[in-house]
Amino acid sequence: MTSAALRSRAWKLLEMVTTPLLPSDYLDLVSPLRAGADLRGRIEAVHPETGDAATIVIRPGRGWRGHTAGQYVRIGVDVDGVRLWRAYSITSPTNRQDGRVMITVKAIPDGKVSNHLVRRAKPGTLIQLDQPAGDFVLPQAKPAKVLYLTAGSGITPVMGMLRDIEFDDVVMVHCAPRPQDVIFRNELHDLVADKKLRLTEVHTDTDGMLDIARLDELVPDWAERETWACGPAGLLDAAEKHWTEHGIQERLHTERFRPSIVVAGDGGEVTFSSTGKTVDADGATPLLDIGEEAGVLMPSGCRMGICFGCITPLKAGAVRDLRTGKITEAEPGVLIQTCVSAAAGPCDIER
Amino acid sequence: MTAIDPTAHLTAEQIEELGRELDAIRDEVIAGRGEKDAAYIRKVISAQRKLELVSRGVLLFSFFPPAWLLGTAGLSVAKIMDNMEIGHNILHGQWDWMRDPKIHSTTWEWDHVSPSDQWKHSHNELHHTYTNVIGKDNDLGYGIMRVDEDQKWHPFHLGQPLWNFINACFFEYGIAAYDLELGKNLHKRRRKNPEFRARAKAVGRKIRKQVLKDYVIHPLLSGPSFLTTLAATFTANLVRNIWSHSVIMCGHFPEGVQVFERRSIKGETRGQWYLRQMMGSANISGSKAMHFMTGNLSHQIEHHLFPDLPSNRYAEVAVKVRALFEKYELEYVTGPLPKQVFSAWHKVFRLSLPNKNPKVKTPDREQELVAA
Repeated sequence: MTSAALRSRAWKLLEMVTTPLLPSDYLDLVSPLRAGADLRGRIEAVHPETGDAATIVIRPGRGWRGHTAGQYVRIGVDVDGVRLWRAYSITSPTNRQDGRVMITVKAIPDGKVSNHLVRRAKPGTLIQLDQPAGDFVLPQAKPAKVLYLTAGSGITPVMGMLRDIEFDDVVMVHCAPRPQDVIFRNELHDLVADKKLRLTEVHTDTDGMLDIARLDELVPDWAERETWACGPAGLLDAAEKHWTEHGIQERLHTERFRPSIVVAGDGGEVTFSSTGKTVDADGATPLLDIGEEAGVLMPSGCRMGICFGCITPLKAGAVRDLRTGKITEAEPGVLIQTCVSAAAGPCDIER
Repeated sequence: MTAIDPTAHLTAEQIEELGRELDAIRDEVIAGRGEKDAAYIRKVISAQRKLELVSRGVLLFSFFPPAWLLGTAGLSVAKIMDNMEIGHNILHGQWDWMRDPKIHSTTWEWDHVSPSDQWKHSHNELHHTYTNVIGKDNDLGYGIMRVDEDQKWHPFHLGQPLWNFINACFFEYGIAAYDLELGKNLHKRRRKNPEFRARAKAVGRKIRKQVLKDYVIHPLLSGPSFLTTLAATFTANLVRNIWSHSVIMCGHFPEGVQVFERRSIKGETRGQWYLRQMMGSANISGSKAMHFMTGNLSHQIEHHLFPDLPSNRYAEVAVKVRALFEKYELEYVTGPLPKQVFSAWHKVFRLSLPNKNPKVKTPDREQELVAA
């Protein structure tokens, strides 16, 4: 018998010993970051960057495969007892010797996770991790001239790039409300002093929003540069339009943090994505009834919200709990009780 | 219904008002759920796992009597925790709000021969929706016993104290058979039903795994302690079964608990549903440790009103619920475990015989009996 076969036999035996649990349920008690465990990380430090941004230093589990500069990682954090997942750009270089990774988080108003991470996260806390992802990365071949166009926390993936690879000719245009709101400001100015970066700060509180046409004046050779842009949708939309108008859209790479914003309404179009059915729903009829009327095979139980026999993934949109009025927005892993939930705007139910 | 309806003094408006007051209690807990509650269930799960691990470790030396005693006691407690405070409550979806896929009603599997999904159907869906409705809620005597005067007597019931005792000793198997609706499905035609066969197979698989673990692998691992470990795991399962059976009997069987007729729930309002849960359940009084070991099913009334609230909140909810019982002049059936267990067993014995006094029957019941 090969050693792999032997190991799998031994593992099977262990599973029988721990049934109905798995050996990993016990191993997680002592070694949650071990190889083979679900990917997790431990927060080792939290460093404030600005008044509302902080860098979180994470020791990832052994299964971490490493990232490419510019990528993001999805993390699952327990906030008030509820596990919430968010994606953050990785700001540490790829060759960090101690194996830690860093994300830099800006607290957005009413942001549950960002505020928790910036103001309340404590070293020692375990968080859930996904492998890094995203194609907002640098190409294999070094471009001669680079432009980084960023705003607010859009600077974070670019900082990962700046820290990772040096280019001969790099220009950055960064927008933030005030000088003290510029994340990584000291480090950026050090790079400028070392002549590794040319930086233009646009302070929108005093200068107003960046008019994309001003690029001609700020970076006269912008059209010749390979450009990476990250920031609010308005800036990216303007940039995409600008680059397209000049016929050089292939030189622009953009990253959008929030692809869509859920607006909770009253009723809406419900899509049952597995079945491919779409129907209109009002804000008062349970989604279970909506689905059944549309001929979708829905799991069901007590029909009054107590048995949890009808829970189904909410893939997109928002629903309202008919008992409490509470809105639940789609996030990976979010399940809803269809018998006591109604559409709060367009939504997508996995059925 | 029992001869005198203990809710007859309430008007329809009062019942709906009661419903609104209960909804308010529920909303308050839901709004306040948070970090502390999550930390609680995580702590309980981790404690259970550690206790089980240590107890199994001690049992490797079970030929040494103090080790046997210690290991058996630890394993019994661990199994009770797994079954009651953890398994039962997670499978109710009490902790789904945490969005932790590992502590979730859709993924949890327990140390029990009834597979989670089957139990969830018969317990969460049928029993909790149709609580104490004769003919709809099979928990009323588990289909093998008569626990209310209004249930028809049959000579088979003469043996029910014995059935109940056997059921208590092998409770998890009783539950698995019950979830399979074994009695109904053993007829030749139903036995072949593919859906039933799939469920029976799932139960078979779980039984095989549990038996293999408790009665073969762990004893084998103990080597020279094979027999004593076997005896220990058997004892722990017996203790867990008798304990959970006792707790569960106290939930709906003690004297003072009401049962309902099928047609009484037609068009039931939310307030009426709540009222039925209040009158159909009974509590166990006692210390914090007692509540913990019953999986907080000692707060059976509160659990039936709010089956999806986290179990660690039932104690605080109970104070408010009890105040409502007083306000609406209803009887809050509760008492210490020995008293409630005795009361339930007493009923099992009493109802093994036909009704002594046919006068307690309601008129239409009598007509039904005459017609029969």
